[in-house]
Amino acid sequence: MTNKTNADKKSVVANALGQGLEWVDARFPLSSNIKAHLTEYYAPKNFNFWYFFGSLSLLVLVLQILTGIFLTMHYKPDAMLAFASVEYIMRDVPWGWLIRYMHSTGASMFFVVVYLHMFRGIIYGSYRNPRELIWLFGVGIFLCLMGEAFFGYLLPWGQMSYWGAQVIVNLFSAIPFVGPDVSEWLRGDYLVSDATLNRFFAFHVIALPFVLVGLVAAHIIALHEVGSNNPDGIEIKKLKDKKTGIPLDGIPFHPYYTVKDIVGVVVFLMVFSTIIFFAPEMGGYFLEANNFVPANPLVTPAHIAPVWYFTPYYSILRAVPPFPGVGFLGIPPSLFPGVAAMGLSVLIFALLPWLDKSPVKSIRYRGRLYKQWLAAFVVSFIVLGYLGTEPSNVWGQFGPWFGNAERATVVARIFMLVYFAFFILMPWYSKKDKTLAVPERVTG
Amino acid sequence: MYVAELLSILAIQSGQSKLVHEENMSDTPNDKKKNAAQADQATAVDLEKRNFLIATSSVGALGCAAAAVPFVLSMTPSERAKAAGAPVEVDISKIAPGSMMTVEWRGKPVWIINRTEEMTAELAKHDDQLTDPSCDVVSQQPDYCKSTDRSIKPNLAVMVGICTHLGCSPSAKLQPKGDMGDNWTGGFFCPCHGSKFDLAGRVFKGSPAPTNLVVPPHKYLTDTTLLIGVDTEDKA
Amino acid sequence: MKNTIKLGLSVLSVLSALLFAQHALANAAAHLDKAPIDASNHESLQRGARTFVNNCLNCHSANYMRYNRLLAIGLTEKQIKDNLLFAGEKVGDTMKVAINPEEAKKWFGVAPPDLSVEVRARGADWVYSYMRAFYRDETSTTGWGNCVFDPVSCKVSMPHVLYQMQGEQIMNHETHQLELSKPGKLAPAEYDALVGDLTNFLAFMAEPAKQQRNHLGWIVLLFLAVLLVLTYKLKKAYWKDIH
Repeated sequence: MTNKTNADKKSVVANALGQGLEWVDARFPLSSNIKAHLTEYYAPKNFNFWYFFGSLSLLVLVLQILTGIFLTMHYKPDAMLAFASVEYIMRDVPWGWLIRYMHSTGASMFFVVVYLHMFRGIIYGSYRNPRELIWLFGVGIFLCLMGEAFFGYLLPWGQMSYWGAQVIVNLFSAIPFVGPDVSEWLRGDYLVSDATLNRFFAFHVIALPFVLVGLVAAHIIALHEVGSNNPDGIEIKKLKDKKTGIPLDGIPFHPYYTVKDIVGVVVFLMVFSTIIFFAPEMGGYFLEANNFVPANPLVTPAHIAPVWYFTPYYSILRAVPPFPGVGFLGIPPSLFPGVAAMGLSVLIFALLPWLDKSPVKSIRYRGRLYKQWLAAFVVSFIVLGYLGTEPSNVWGQFGPWFGNAERATVVARIFMLVYFAFFILMPWYSKKDKTLAVPERVTG
Repeated sequence: MYVAELLSILAIQSGQSKLVHEENMSDTPNDKKKNAAQADQATAVDLEKRNFLIATSSVGALGCAAAAVPFVLSMTPSERAKAAGAPVEVDISKIAPGSMMTVEWRGKPVWIINRTEEMTAELAKHDDQLTDPSCDVVSQQPDYCKSTDRSIKPNLAVMVGICTHLGCSPSAKLQPKGDMGDNWTGGFFCPCHGSKFDLAGRVFKGSPAPTNLVVPPHKYLTDTTLLIGVDTEDKA
Repeated sequence: MKNTIKLGLSVLSVLSALLFAQHALANAAAHLDKAPIDASNHESLQRGARTFVNNCLNCHSANYMRYNRLLAIGLTEKQIKDNLLFAGEKVGDTMKVAINPEEAKKWFGVAPPDLSVEVRARGADWVYSYMRAFYRDETSTTGWGNCVFDPVSCKVSMPHVLYQMQGEQIMNHETHQLELSKPGKLAPAEYDALVGDLTNFLAFMAEPAKQQRNHLGWIVLLFLAVLLVLTYKLKKAYWKDIH
């Protein structure tokens, strides 16, 4: 074959592709969308490894939807059949075990990457003006994800599934006045039952995935409207090339960040595969031992704890003392304060854009005061997370001199205060903090 | 071969298009000298990029294909389905001559008919009325049943009782004449659309059913034990 | 920044020391012996399968386990048929029991649980320790006690099915140790080996795909390692222009 014929073939193919693209572009904005979101979307050139977790979240979402579709082909949302159908997938369906482990591991890894993605947003001030709406969509995604995880966890119909759902649904009973009716309405029965399983299945496989995908689209559209933040917290759109209007510190997302993100994807897949193939239970944190016992409404397991990604909020729930009630006014005792605190501990993330009064965005240019608060928050998040996996008497009790209080509960209360103080005091300490001068152009 | 060429052409195209992007950018970014130098190279193909692009895409495509395999295979019959579809052992000692029994194999009715000598003799006499008298459609029976009586033992017929037209189960009309009219020589009649079959499951001309009834793979373990679903030792 | 990290690290290390110390204390109550699990030891798995089918499968089902899964531990279809199938089951059938759960509940107080995934629920070490911890207890309804099953009351609903093999143990209430009072058919070490094989089989049964999973894992990781090198080189090739 000569070079000439090769070149001829090349141009023939190129022409055909070009004509095909023209045909599509006359009917659908394909090229312009590719340009707007990939080849001419200019991202700051100084993204570091923290910026992998956004694309990784999207990857896990796709994996969860894909594996979920195949699991739905074999799973039975019926209290009599659900547990057996999961074991059927694990044994009788060809490669079912792999698909199921991908889905169960994916659930936990989703929270791993989303927590790291959120942390990135916090340390580099990605929630600040003009990106408040991106952050709010993100909080919506996080809430949706928590819903997905909660509803999905009931489906294997093991003991932890059952009693976890029982406990969480009962939390709604604590809402004043309407609580008990709300709980019953959610369950569709007087206890968690077949009716509950069936509707949780509907929420898990249809309702929430739709909302989730919609919110993710909104999150990305909003991001591409205002442009990405970066580890320096500098607006790259302020300094543009006069001729072309392209930000001086911007590079096209494709090919630069696509080839870079693929490296992150492969590293992620290595971690993901290691868990799936060698430790799918992850020591009981991803798949709990008690969930290999079929749900039994008559026997409560000795120790119920939520899956690890919910435990910081669960700790807060347990740490808040119940409202004792006011006898002469006829107000009964209530668990509502704990439930309210737990709800607040999640929703308060949405307020960050308005709580942060610092003149700088990135942690690189913040002072010591902010960094100390952030470190305290991270420690409290981890400690609360750990305590949530353990029974509240895990550290025993103080002596009578401290009213025999459980040590772990006291520690959880202290860290809960730190957790909330990080948010509530932020307007004060972020303003008082001694910040550094922010450079004109992005650094390294 | 053509696919490989197409791939390499696409890779070259994309390799060049990347350089075009850099050219666009070269007006903007920081280092003017460097970009001028790059503009000179813009017409040349960046070999390093192209090679790693080809390598990564091929290995990546291979990985995606491999990852797709478990998903595709998960839709094939499960162990449960295979167990339910396993060969069926039948005791045939109780079937009186001139009668039949039905057993279930893979959720389908399988007929075992103990034909009398008259019945077997009749089979050779009406070839001219049949669509496929010599069983030329190979998919309808194993090779060892490609004969007039379509069976291993002349008296014992084994066939799947599902009409080849639209999947109804025909009714047994084993005896000649009767409600089937005076020309009837014994066989099966499908109530859905009136297809008629003889006692070897061969379809009569004029029936909507296009082919003879299916004879499943089978073999005799002993004189009175029939195994349906398997015909050779190694598949057992 | 550095000070903050130091502060964070020291807080974390103090906390983790505290956590682990307390954690060890909390678990000290139930001591479990390490089960000799070896998924590649087909002889052990086959012996365990026989013990399971002959002794456990009378009351406990393994409803998710198919007999033909035993092909994976080196048995042939004929061996399965001849040695393990008694009631006309097919090799593709699951390990069911004839016992009626309602009746069983009357006899034992609880229906014997399905054992398909018991090892995943309890752990292999628990099963191994439990099957070796029965002792004579005249105060209990079954005549047997077991402190692994319930460390507080030492009561257990299941009688000691393998007592003819192990013999009878009694609890020395001073040392809280079990002592063999009446030898069985097997020497103590032989009995431990029998239970070890049984536990090994139960572990296999709890997740039959485990071996395949581990093997495949290495292949996948190797492949990803190659892909990592390539994607990294690709990234470097593109990013050489960015400064």
